[in-house]
Amino acid sequence: MGFLDKNVSDTQIKLRNRLWLYFLSAIILFLLIVPSLVVIPMSFSSSQYLEFPPKEWSFRWYENYFFSWKVENGFNDWMAATRTSLLVAVLTIFVATPIGTLAAYGLTNSTSRLRAVLFPIMISPMMVPIILVAIGLFYFYVQFKMVNSILGLVLGHSLVAMPLVLIIVMSALKNYDMNQEKVARSLGASRPRAFVEITLPQIKFSLISASLISFLTSFDEIIISLFVSGGDNSTITRSMFLTLRDQIDPTIAAISTILIIISSGLLIISQLLSSKSK
Amino acid sequence: MAVLDQNLNQAALTQLAQREHYTFFGLTLPYLVLVGAMIIIPIGWLFFLSFIGRDGSFSFENYERMINSKAYIRIFLTTFKISILTTFFCALLGYPLAYFMSQISRKWANICMIGVLIPFWTSLLVRTYAWLVLLQKKGLVNSVAVDLGLISEPIKFVHNTSGTLIGMVHIMLPFLILPLYANMRAIDPHCVKAASSLGATPTRAFWTVFFPLSIPGLLAGLLIVFVLCLGFYVTPAVLGGGKVIMAAMKISSNIELYFSWGAASALGVVLLVVTMLILFIASKLVSLDQFGQRS
Repeated sequence: MGFLDKNVSDTQIKLRNRLWLYFLSAIILFLLIVPSLVVIPMSFSSSQYLEFPPKEWSFRWYENYFFSWKVENGFNDWMAATRTSLLVAVLTIFVATPIGTLAAYGLTNSTSRLRAVLFPIMISPMMVPIILVAIGLFYFYVQFKMVNSILGLVLGHSLVAMPLVLIIVMSALKNYDMNQEKVARSLGASRPRAFVEITLPQIKFSLISASLISFLTSFDEIIISLFVSGGDNSTITRSMFLTLRDQIDPTIAAISTILIIISSGLLIISQLLSSKSK
Repeated sequence: MAVLDQNLNQAALTQLAQREHYTFFGLTLPYLVLVGAMIIIPIGWLFFLSFIGRDGSFSFENYERMINSKAYIRIFLTTFKISILTTFFCALLGYPLAYFMSQISRKWANICMIGVLIPFWTSLLVRTYAWLVLLQKKGLVNSVAVDLGLISEPIKFVHNTSGTLIGMVHIMLPFLILPLYANMRAIDPHCVKAASSLGATPTRAFWTVFFPLSIPGLLAGLLIVFVLCLGFYVTPAVLGGGKVIMAAMKISSNIELYFSWGAASALGVVLLVVTMLILFIASKLVSLDQFGQRS
């Protein structure tokens, strides 16, 4: 067992004396990753009760989800909710990313003393407890008859996604040499052209990952959706939350499995992008 | 003549700088307008509503109710109790893992980091639902514990405080690990080496050198977790089964069930002030952009 006497740190600690840390870390990592995965076998159970491991297997909960417009499959039109969520998430990308990027560009280049004041205001949607943002928006939308509208949802979700875009793009611009734009402009390019042709291609990976985050932020958002959406424009997270609070419906396990696949896919893409942009 | 030219030049330059200044400010305008219209004005309005009594006139009754009513005091106590316990358990689990990750090679640390990021990217509802499934009376945790002889009969984990805590610790743990790990990576390993070359045992070198240097990261993580817990809604609502009522849930039920905007606003204002106070202290300690990300 010679490998146990290997030094594993600068202070000459032997692996033997550090084994406990390796075990403990493995357990903590296990607890972080594995619990969410339990929904995958559950989603293939044929039973209505949540027994583990399932005694019989079936696709009935996936059928429930994909054919949810049929009356016998319950009250929730999951497909309509999914369409709403996808539409809102895609539109959120197109609102949050450009607005966040412009603001990041302006804020990074500005030498004004206002910067120190503006930045905390701009990330305030991330700081203020989200429940307050949600009831504030609800009150605001009631005045403008925007409750239950797609526009209201997109604006609400963009509000939460914009600070994330701002932070990602600002950190990309911090590592970018702005003099390159000056060179382009001294050669006769206008500022927008210099930005589009010189800066944009160099920060594009950050922009893509900012878009991914915007999409996911919107798609997973629950509390704002809970207050400002409803009726035909209910989002999938809203329907899931309301169902979860009241009953145990294994259709949720099927939807959860699909959501895990989507978010793991996005995580892999964003990891690849971040390694590429370095 | 030369002096005049220089002045002219100076004036033109100043004007250009001024224009530049307005351009950059203009670029942030769409963002500022959205935040102003959708955060600052609505929350200002809620602040105003919190001072309006039932009869529609100015009064402090919404705040008085909070001090006098046992129900509200219980909600404050529950909110703080759950937040403090969650933060404590996150530190207990997060510190060793972050320390481990800071001690191994970057390649392995990045692999472990994926383990931390997976739950971070998985929908909050999915994770909450998973715990609901696991912790039930007939769930996996109970059946394994009974089979192993750890407990004689199934324990009720969900729809109470323990279920809420387990779920919340799982959800908050990455928020603690990320800033803490970043801080630990930045600690110069030579410091610990120096301590041990001067004769400190590994344990002593850790407690007198490494641990004090990791405190800023730990503090940042603790404060982020605590603040997020204070305003938490989804997990306690599902795993608490109506028995664990936190501030955010009371705000929501005040509006959904009782249409009582004044009461909801007053509770919201208190929550906001406490949150901002903690964040203000935090901003004195660490850089602000470590906060947030997928709450």
